[in-house]
Amino acid sequence: MAPAKPHQSAAVAIPVPDKISVSLNVNGVDVQLDLAPWTTLLDALRDRLNLTGTKKGCDHGQCGACTVLVDGRRIVSCLTLAVMKDGSKVTTIEGLAKDGMLHPLQQAFIDHDAFQCGYCTPGQICSAAGLLAEGRAKTADEIRELMSGNICRCGAYPNIVAAIQQVMGHS
Amino acid sequence: MKPPVFDYIAATSTDMAVAALAAAGGEAKIIAGGQSLMPMLSFRLLRPSLLVDINRIPGLAYIEEADTCLRIGALTRHFQIETSPVIARHLPVLSAAMTHVAHLAIRNRGTIGGSLSHGDPAAELPMIAVLLDATLHIESVSGQRAVRAQDFFLDALTVDLDSAEVLAEIILPKLPPNTGWGFEEIARRHGDFAIAAVAATLTVSDGSIRQARIALTGVGPTPVRAAAAETLLIGHALENKLVESVARAVRAAIAPEDDLHASADYRRHLAGVLTDRALHAAWRRAQGEP
Repeated sequence: MAPAKPHQSAAVAIPVPDKISVSLNVNGVDVQLDLAPWTTLLDALRDRLNLTGTKKGCDHGQCGACTVLVDGRRIVSCLTLAVMKDGSKVTTIEGLAKDGMLHPLQQAFIDHDAFQCGYCTPGQICSAAGLLAEGRAKTADEIRELMSGNICRCGAYPNIVAAIQQVMGHS
Repeated sequence: MKPPVFDYIAATSTDMAVAALAAAGGEAKIIAGGQSLMPMLSFRLLRPSLLVDINRIPGLAYIEEADTCLRIGALTRHFQIETSPVIARHLPVLSAAMTHVAHLAIRNRGTIGGSLSHGDPAAELPMIAVLLDATLHIESVSGQRAVRAQDFFLDALTVDLDSAEVLAEIILPKLPPNTGWGFEEIARRHGDFAIAAVAATLTVSDGSIRQARIALTGVGPTPVRAAAAETLLIGHALENKLVESVARAVRAAIAPEDDLHASADYRRHLAGVLTDRALHAAWRRAQGEP
């Protein structure tokens, strides 16, 4: 593999690979996109589908702001190429409310004031939805441990844990 | 932050993947979970002309139990290993290590083959592979070969895998009966790469140690087995004086470096402290305590 080189002179033509057709089911809607292979799932959601609820924080897997559910499991969409998810079912924060009713987690985050600036919140809620589906966390400590990939710079952690516990108590 | 320009194919068999690697003449990279590769691409540390996606190859993600070992497919995700009852029964030290590998959303995608092939000097899985004397099965167009984990990690982010090869399977011998284990890690935050970590196993019968294994990560360019320190334990019961001399031997066996996160001296200090804790935990568990 060639190591990274400084930008070469404009005279050198760099061949651009073809776009690839990708089918996704996003929040229950089938979509087909022609995407450059290097498009992340995060960029496809935000820039091509205008689903800007999913946030770009660090863009390298450290912060959790871009967490979405793919085939029911939470992943960080910045570390996944959209082409790798061809045929998958993606749920973003925009897909959680049903029939005009907030998802119980969305309601619980409001009830418990589980955010301040709100930038990490879509990722927190999608991650919490994944956590509930996994069914492994029972205690507050286990919630903290298994939500550790979602950073909140405002420090709303106690209220986030309380919101998740509220939904667990009712499910 | 955007990855560089590359072409992409989704391989549907290992043969197809290794043929694509061979045809690219060293310019292709395998992408499995992508949890290490994607940041490297975005930071432009790598500029492959082609990514070969192995996620759609059937039969590459599995945990199989044989008589004396477990066979793990390279595409097995971290969460599968973390939650596997077979692993918990036969290799509990691996189950424990998995909870230190990044965070859950990352563990949903990251793979054992990817982590070993990436060879991060502070990662947990390379250390566990070295601790447990894993054998790695590697495939390419010219055939298959097997390499011991001990010989696989050559330098930081450098492993014995050429650009046309793919890691296909990891074979981990089961722990012998009456074996206890310990796993101790210090990181700045839980889920971060280790500043230093120590894993140990002790096989005990009639009150004395018959087999001892100690491995470390975060204390050099590759995971380390502390063979000289292990030898000190054989034939003895674990007591504090002995642990002190073993910890001293461990500190002597490593050559950590200063970096942003910790000084070399602090890492060497941690190696001793964590060895002490891991050995005591392994000894307790070898007596049947939890």
